[in-house]
Amino acid sequence: MSGRAIEDLNEDGPVTKMHAPIRLEYRIGAGTAQSRFLRGVAEGKLLGQKCPVCSKVYMPPRGSCPIHGVPTEEEVELPDRGTVTTFCVVNIPFSDLAPEVPYVCAQVLLDGADTALFGLIAGMPAREVRMGLRVRAEWAPREEWTYNLGNIKWWEPTGEPDADYDAYKDYI
Amino acid sequence: MSERCAVVGVGQTKHKSARTDVSIAGLVREAARKALDDAEMDWSDVDAVVIGKAPDMFEGVVMPELYLADALGAVGKPMMRVHTAGSVGGSTALVATGLVQAGIHERVLVAAFEKQSESDAMWALTVSQPFSAPLVAGAGGYFAPLIRGYMRRSGAPDHIGMLVAVKDRKNALRNPNAHLHLHDIDMKMVEESPMLWEPLRYLETCPSSDGACAIVLGNEATAAKVPRRPAWIHGTAMRSEPTMFAGRDQVNPQAGKDCAADVFRQAGVTDPRRDLDCAEVYVPFSWYEPMWLENLGFCADGDGWKLTESGATAFDGDIPWNPSGGVLSSNPIGASGLIRFAEAAQQVRGEAGDYQVDGARRALGHAYGGGSQFFAMWVVGSDKP
Amino acid sequence: MTDVAVVAFAQSKHVAADPNRNEVEMLMPVVAEALEQAGLEREEIGFVCSGSCDYLLGVPFSFVTALDAIGAWPPIRESHVEQDAAWALYEAWVRLQHGDVDTALVYGFGKSSLGDLHEIMTLQLDPYYLEPLWPDMVSMAALQARAYLDATGKTERDLAEVVVRSRAAAASNPNAIVAGTTTADALLKEQTTIAPLRTSDCPPITDGAAVVILATADRARAISERPAWIRGIDHRIEAHSIGVRDLATSRSTALAAGRAGAADDKVDLAEMHAQFSHEELIVRDALGLDDSATVNPSGGPLAANPVMATGLIRIGEAASRISAGGGDRAVAHASSGPCLQHNLVAVLEGE
Repeated sequence: MSGRAIEDLNEDGPVTKMHAPIRLEYRIGAGTAQSRFLRGVAEGKLLGQKCPVCSKVYMPPRGSCPIHGVPTEEEVELPDRGTVTTFCVVNIPFSDLAPEVPYVCAQVLLDGADTALFGLIAGMPAREVRMGLRVRAEWAPREEWTYNLGNIKWWEPTGEPDADYDAYKDYI
Repeated sequence: MSERCAVVGVGQTKHKSARTDVSIAGLVREAARKALDDAEMDWSDVDAVVIGKAPDMFEGVVMPELYLADALGAVGKPMMRVHTAGSVGGSTALVATGLVQAGIHERVLVAAFEKQSESDAMWALTVSQPFSAPLVAGAGGYFAPLIRGYMRRSGAPDHIGMLVAVKDRKNALRNPNAHLHLHDIDMKMVEESPMLWEPLRYLETCPSSDGACAIVLGNEATAAKVPRRPAWIHGTAMRSEPTMFAGRDQVNPQAGKDCAADVFRQAGVTDPRRDLDCAEVYVPFSWYEPMWLENLGFCADGDGWKLTESGATAFDGDIPWNPSGGVLSSNPIGASGLIRFAEAAQQVRGEAGDYQVDGARRALGHAYGGGSQFFAMWVVGSDKP
Repeated sequence: MTDVAVVAFAQSKHVAADPNRNEVEMLMPVVAEALEQAGLEREEIGFVCSGSCDYLLGVPFSFVTALDAIGAWPPIRESHVEQDAAWALYEAWVRLQHGDVDTALVYGFGKSSLGDLHEIMTLQLDPYYLEPLWPDMVSMAALQARAYLDATGKTERDLAEVVVRSRAAAASNPNAIVAGTTTADALLKEQTTIAPLRTSDCPPITDGAAVVILATADRARAISERPAWIRGIDHRIEAHSIGVRDLATSRSTALAAGRAGAADDKVDLAEMHAQFSHEELIVRDALGLDDSATVNPSGGPLAANPVMATGLIRIGEAASRISAGGGDRAVAHASSGPCLQHNLVAVLEGE
């Protein structure tokens, strides 16, 4: 290419952007252990899984105890209530899936579980949510239940006194 | 270990939100070229290339080392691609260090990058499998609750995070490569910025940047020939732990403590606050400074915020943290860890320009990733180990 | 150099699609089997390294959950490459040179059944010039096959012969998906899918995982009666732009083989990461193998191709044959990228 031609290119300015849309489809399976959990959720049950080595109860279960690298096959039905161990107040609309702002994103330790699950807190002003708050699940109408933890719309205060910090401080 | 290893060249791009003036290869090559120039080397002097970056989904290029081989002069050479989440920049430097220390190569080019503007990084981070609960709150939604846990545990007052946000942005004003140059930064500006994930404000979080960093590592014979002072590697360590398990301390993770203990033992550091002159630590959210001060053993558990509040970590403090402005001022994710490692090296080389810590002879480079579960660290010094 | 050997190798029962198990569930039993073979507790492992690809699973950071299969507690020394796990093995081999740890566990896993592998691999290509044209993985391979046939005068029958031998060898491999007796004539009756390649010239879509355990000198001898010593290992990349390469040869394989010392002595067997039939012929030339070497006794990737573990499996298969006394010297080859762009060669020997 001649020098003249390169100058011509420069007159149009550099190319700074191109669009190359990518579309890929996946068929994702939940895996054996998670499927057991989701089948429970579809029936309104929260089934934790217990490690055969350390007896810790995982909620949500991952199918294995990450400490011991063994499958967690024993199931433990847990109540749909627990304690907020910690949380944050989200003030920006992060996606279409998220509820109106502000919303509270919390770690909820179910009674009898040894790990906390992420959930939304509602039924009270975001400002009043606190660590140690006792909450219970607010389920979507039964006819909407599917194989998804989204069956629990959010967690609401039970009205019980807050849990003592010492009771949950080792779960943060 | 047969061979000593040193950083003999460092290069970085100017970091900004979108580098539309360069391709991905152009971006990485810019940093690599600067690192080679710094070492007064050319592409043909390099024996092997190791690159690192965060998920391929950030740019939509699978295994980008394949496409980058041509631009990085890697043809006919060994090339590796490391990916250990946010800690990847650090891990990449450590994998390359191993190649020199084992005596396999004499000169290794290390490069890490992220060009987040080429794709939608927030989308890439929140892709979730169909079975997960639809709760989308970004990285801050994961870390802000842990910060609240730290505040409760330590009794830290609310303003500590803002102190860090101001300090690191002030430091960045001395660093021409930094993405953010907030000339008017002060406590009021941070306090008035939107509360994104309470307790975390907008200005207490890192930006999203395009950028790359590269270093040249050499063995002892190479280090003897380069024009500028090398940064000798005194210790290296990596540690990982699972994301979630019963009884996991997510605020002060064991993997970070173990990694620090290992790297300090190798470097003969018994009291990091006293024995080191400065540290470049991965602090993407302001509160991670006091949290990592404790995790890395710069103070007792519960005292991190006191150290920050006292000014000890400020540029003129006794143990400056992130004199370059840190991740809070520039965050090309995959490169952020390598930038920490490289900035630590620049300090002990005496090459840190306007943010040079006077007389720095030993420094820590630190990176972490995932759910605070992957850690990579090195200690570099002006003296041969 | 510190002597390092392969002392254990385990792999999943590979299948075309394993919809019921996630990656952790696929990996856990394989890790346990490898540890049992070596007689090691997980706490005794000094370093862990893995290879996987986020795009195969359709989620970023897919290697993070896989860590659950390892039991990474107390915290472990661990790293990950977004490359075939053969490169994770390379990293582990380098790590063992440090001398502070004497064992390493390497794993690779992938489920190609979840998405469209051939299109996912399109995203490996130059994002500005090539990927927008959307050439899929098989088309890229067919370009190389054509270049090879034209340059050498070999024919599609030669490709079919590779498939025949591979399937016959795979008959004794319990992990093979494609195995059995066939003839070149029968295969040549198939239509080409992307000429000059037929479906039979291409690897099966496979879900699977593999684990290799490495150990240094004395530790290796304590663990294994006949460790497979890694006498040489090297890898080299070549240009991405296929227009500047001679596609009929694999220069990077030849370079790596030279550095690893593949041709320094007689080779009894070779396991090659040849995903397509013509790749085996190209790699074979580049390795300088003579006819006395047994090629892909496992059936190779044409029999089972759990992407991201396939290369590691070549090293594992070669090593287990050495350890079982099925040969004294083996060459294992792993590859990455379009048209054999990046190649690794390891030389394994018994004592």
